[in-house]
Amino acid sequence: MTTRTPRRVDKAGLLIALLLLLLAGTIWWDLSTLELSSVYGLGPKAMPIVVAIGLAVLGVGNAVSALRGGLPERESLLWMPIVLIIGGLAALIAFIEFGVGFIPATAVLFACTSAAFGRRAFLTDLAIGFTAGVVIYLLFAKLLTLSLPMGPIERLIGA
Amino acid sequence: MDSLFALAHGLTVAIQPMNLLFALIGVLLGTAVGVLPGIGPALTVALLLPITFKLDPGGSIIMFAGIYYGGMYGGSTTAILINTPGESASMATALEGNKMAKAGRGGPALATSAIGSFVAGTIATLGLAFLAPTLVELAVRFGPEDYFALMCVAFVTVSATFGDSPIRGLTSLFVGLALGLVGIDKLTGQARLTFGVPELLDGVEVTTLAVGLFAVGEALYVASRRHIQEEVVEPVRGSLWMTKEDWKRSWWPWIRGTLFGFPIGALPAGGAEIPTFLSYSTEKRLTKYPEEFGKGAIEGVAGPEAANNASAAGTLVPLLALGLPTSATAAMMLAGFQQYGLNPGPLLFAERPELVWGLIASLFIANAMLLVLNLPLVGLWVKLLAIPQPWLYAGILVFATMGTIAAKPSVVELTMLGAFGVLGFLMRRFDYPIAPVVVGLILGPIAEAQLRRALSISLGDPMILVQSPISATLLAIALIALVLPFILKGLNRFKMNED
Repeated sequence: MTTRTPRRVDKAGLLIALLLLLLAGTIWWDLSTLELSSVYGLGPKAMPIVVAIGLAVLGVGNAVSALRGGLPERESLLWMPIVLIIGGLAALIAFIEFGVGFIPATAVLFACTSAAFGRRAFLTDLAIGFTAGVVIYLLFAKLLTLSLPMGPIERLIGA
Repeated sequence: MDSLFALAHGLTVAIQPMNLLFALIGVLLGTAVGVLPGIGPALTVALLLPITFKLDPGGSIIMFAGIYYGGMYGGSTTAILINTPGESASMATALEGNKMAKAGRGGPALATSAIGSFVAGTIATLGLAFLAPTLVELAVRFGPEDYFALMCVAFVTVSATFGDSPIRGLTSLFVGLALGLVGIDKLTGQARLTFGVPELLDGVEVTTLAVGLFAVGEALYVASRRHIQEEVVEPVRGSLWMTKEDWKRSWWPWIRGTLFGFPIGALPAGGAEIPTFLSYSTEKRLTKYPEEFGKGAIEGVAGPEAANNASAAGTLVPLLALGLPTSATAAMMLAGFQQYGLNPGPLLFAERPELVWGLIASLFIANAMLLVLNLPLVGLWVKLLAIPQPWLYAGILVFATMGTIAAKPSVVELTMLGAFGVLGFLMRRFDYPIAPVVVGLILGPIAEAQLRRALSISLGDPMILVQSPISATLLAIALIALVLPFILKGLNRFKMNED
């Protein structure tokens, strides 16, 4: 027998296992709101029960593999780009929720993502994103008649 | 003979000018988007689904087919020239292809991959035309319990059997199944896992999930490890044309690759990784120039590329004949059908033959168009690789959000897109496969419906699942496929301890 290198407990792996158990618990809890109403065969509860049990078992399986250090090695990562992209998406959602419109929302997402990939010309990218937004809006909302969220600028174009 | 007749009929549909135009737009879009690094065929189809939303079903399904095949051609160009395969199926191509490009033989590498894709695609599409109707005849006899068993096979093979880790694959699948529960239960009208959010009553949109996992997830992942690797685009130097020697060395790998790709793609075994790597290792063993392998051997591009395209046509067999998607891309194609309320399967062959056969015939046309588009025009596509990475990903995200809002104009949908993006990022980081989530979401509700139908026919007697010989066999296969990887792993560990 070769001596094994002592394996480290993978904390992130344990967190994943915990999340899986949590998801299983949520499905189980949601079951209580359902009423059994099928005359023959399976009701609406059967599938959630199977999925919840499956997730719970897999949660335990993932925990075991995390304890054994069975997860693949991971490289270091940059957090700033992640914050920027998610921030850009959040800004887009906020813009659309409060009726600022599709084109400005697109411009902000474009500039944020571009910054996340290392560009340092936020205003230029904002302008490019804005232009792209106008083109996409004209192409898809006008030509293909897809409904895109409206704001002041879109109403100006659309009139 | 019936197949030939039906195919001829399909051809008359496919060569209508409008449909030719749709096929052309499809292959152009598919190649263009497929060439962009980091975008595989599944994401290509998912991103372009909303565009086809308002078109008529016949034309837009022909367009999907073009996008599907075009994405495959485009993906191999990227794999050869920058060594970042957009999907695992192009990994084998990148191994030798990128070495060839570095050695100044990028032209022949692109040529053998394009011609090989054409040869394989044409043979495999013929295979599709003959195999699909046979499978349909078989499938007509399937009861709901048999369909349920078939889906169990697909679940297991897609997630557990062929991945690196069965536990991680199954975890992905069950996350997909859990997402599939969301929404109104069709039989009793009760809401499941909607938490009082009205937008969730319709369930989770497949396109939102796929675009979130693939596009947003990929963007987050690539951005977060920007410091680790720089991508270098190899310029296409020298002649584009293959020498006589190149032809001689490519011919058999194309055929062998097709023979690996089509059957494995047609089995519900999921993905093109296996045939491409099988083809790669076979060519490595059979070659007369073993010293070239690892340094840019043309066989190592020709074989896997053919296998890749043949298996893409192969996955259309279970998709069209049984409505069973066995890869992420096939799942997106199914979503494309469902967007028009069409369900692939025996019924579609009977009710809308012009649609199914028009699609199959247009695959031949798309393939021929792609050969023409890719060989002389490859320089044009390569220019797309020059788009700076920040703008490329910014554009992808803009397009992804646009498609999501256009399909379902609600802030909830966009929030889900972001959440799925984070999920996709985490899955990449911790090496969980992504395709099983998409397959779980799309097949989970169908499997549940079939099981409940079977059990209400049998008045609640679960024995119906083993009394039908088809279902019993399929369930046995599923069980074996589930247990086998664990046993093999145990054996490996045992062997390692012995050493």
